[in-house]
Amino acid sequence: MRPYALYQPESLAEALDLLDEHGEEDTHVIAGGTSMVLLMNMGLVQPEHVVALRKIPELHGITSADDGGLRIGALATHRQLELSPEVRAYAPALSETFEQVATVRIRNQATLGGNLVHADPAQDPPPMLIALDASVTLQSRRGERSLPAEELFVDYLTTQLQPGELLTAVHLPPLAPGTRATYLKFLPRTHDDYATVSVAAALRLDGDGRCEHARLALGGVAGVPLRARVVEDALVGERLTDARIAEAATLVDGIVDPPDDARGSAAYKRRMARVWTERALRSLRDQSDERQ
Amino acid sequence: MTEHIIRFQVNGTARELTVASHLRLIDVLRDELGLTGTKEGCSVGVCGACSVLVDGQLVSACLLPAAFVDGTNVTTIEGLAPDEEHLTPLQDAFIRHGGFQCGICTPGQIIAATALLEEHPRPTAEQVRRWMTGNLCRCTGYYKIVESILAAAESTATAVRREHVGVR
Repeated sequence: MRPYALYQPESLAEALDLLDEHGEEDTHVIAGGTSMVLLMNMGLVQPEHVVALRKIPELHGITSADDGGLRIGALATHRQLELSPEVRAYAPALSETFEQVATVRIRNQATLGGNLVHADPAQDPPPMLIALDASVTLQSRRGERSLPAEELFVDYLTTQLQPGELLTAVHLPPLAPGTRATYLKFLPRTHDDYATVSVAAALRLDGDGRCEHARLALGGVAGVPLRARVVEDALVGERLTDARIAEAATLVDGIVDPPDDARGSAAYKRRMARVWTERALRSLRDQSDERQ
Repeated sequence: MTEHIIRFQVNGTARELTVASHLRLIDVLRDELGLTGTKEGCSVGVCGACSVLVDGQLVSACLLPAAFVDGTNVTTIEGLAPDEEHLTPLQDAFIRHGGFQCGICTPGQIIAATALLEEHPRPTAEQVRRWMTGNLCRCTGYYKIVESILAAAESTATAVRREHVGVR
């Protein structure tokens, strides 16, 4: 590994000053280390300066907001999120999403902020966060801005994050009563792998059994975690019969652009995107029906 | 490059070292402290051969900058047995049940299983298999490993004398 200068700021202000001072090209940020140490060890990134976030208290913590929403500090680990009573109370499907990431050893180390800014489109949390209308807070010395989670992602390993900016927190808005969410990860190999295709969905039916809210996002099928608005639009206002769901699910075909790789051919993933979309929607429809 | 002073406990002994920023915990354990029980396999956090406990948490020593363990309590395979004469029930069970063949993955397997039993003292076979997904064995497969862990979970002993299992 190429030697680098490591800084361990103890406040957010200090970290933002360091990022500002050292410029963009040769400065990287490290949180849990599961991506950065690997990339540096393989020589894929060779920074001169590395800013470690672990000592910054403002970036820790998982807290329920008064309105029923959730604030997750960027340094919350996947394991903390998997086990957090606040996360489970917010949406069991969110806990289950974190539980499906890699192995317990990686979940102990890897942080949510690191996951999001690494921006691998096959990762598990991003589709679920998009389906739950999460937003991210980005801070720099110039100020603070908030983006819907889906807008953070630009392309493979590329985000909207500007030089000098840090992702500091994730916010989840309160979930309207009756909203059901699920995350289905299609894993033909082992549990610790990235998904071949994954589907996150959130649905709410009105008193007549018509869909009044739908969110759907897919992992592993494009350069970014992909929100499927065409499918959402095809569901809202409709009764979710098997036929209606099957028809809506076919619409993912028009928006996915999966890569051929060791987890499946592009054609196979395209097919699986439709199949798993249909399964996710049917499972949420059935849960909602049972409740009524 | 920067240098960092780390003060930490390794297997119960206080250590103070000055480490270069780019060194990982596994580099320091093996090359500075001579604790070569922890192996480097894949170097990308997948194989589990470098599993260690940091403040009781299972982590990959190949993915952790050494500077990050300042102020922590690190446990490696060398630190599990209470003394020269005894093994933990888990180590004893791996021997009795043949939970290894070539042995290179074994330190990581036993560290990972130690963390499992700390969190779930009586795990189901499914819990064991799921937890141990992160520790690869390329020799003999996983049946004996799962069997060893389940047997250790049955044990009420805190330590087992070595000669009982023929190890000197």
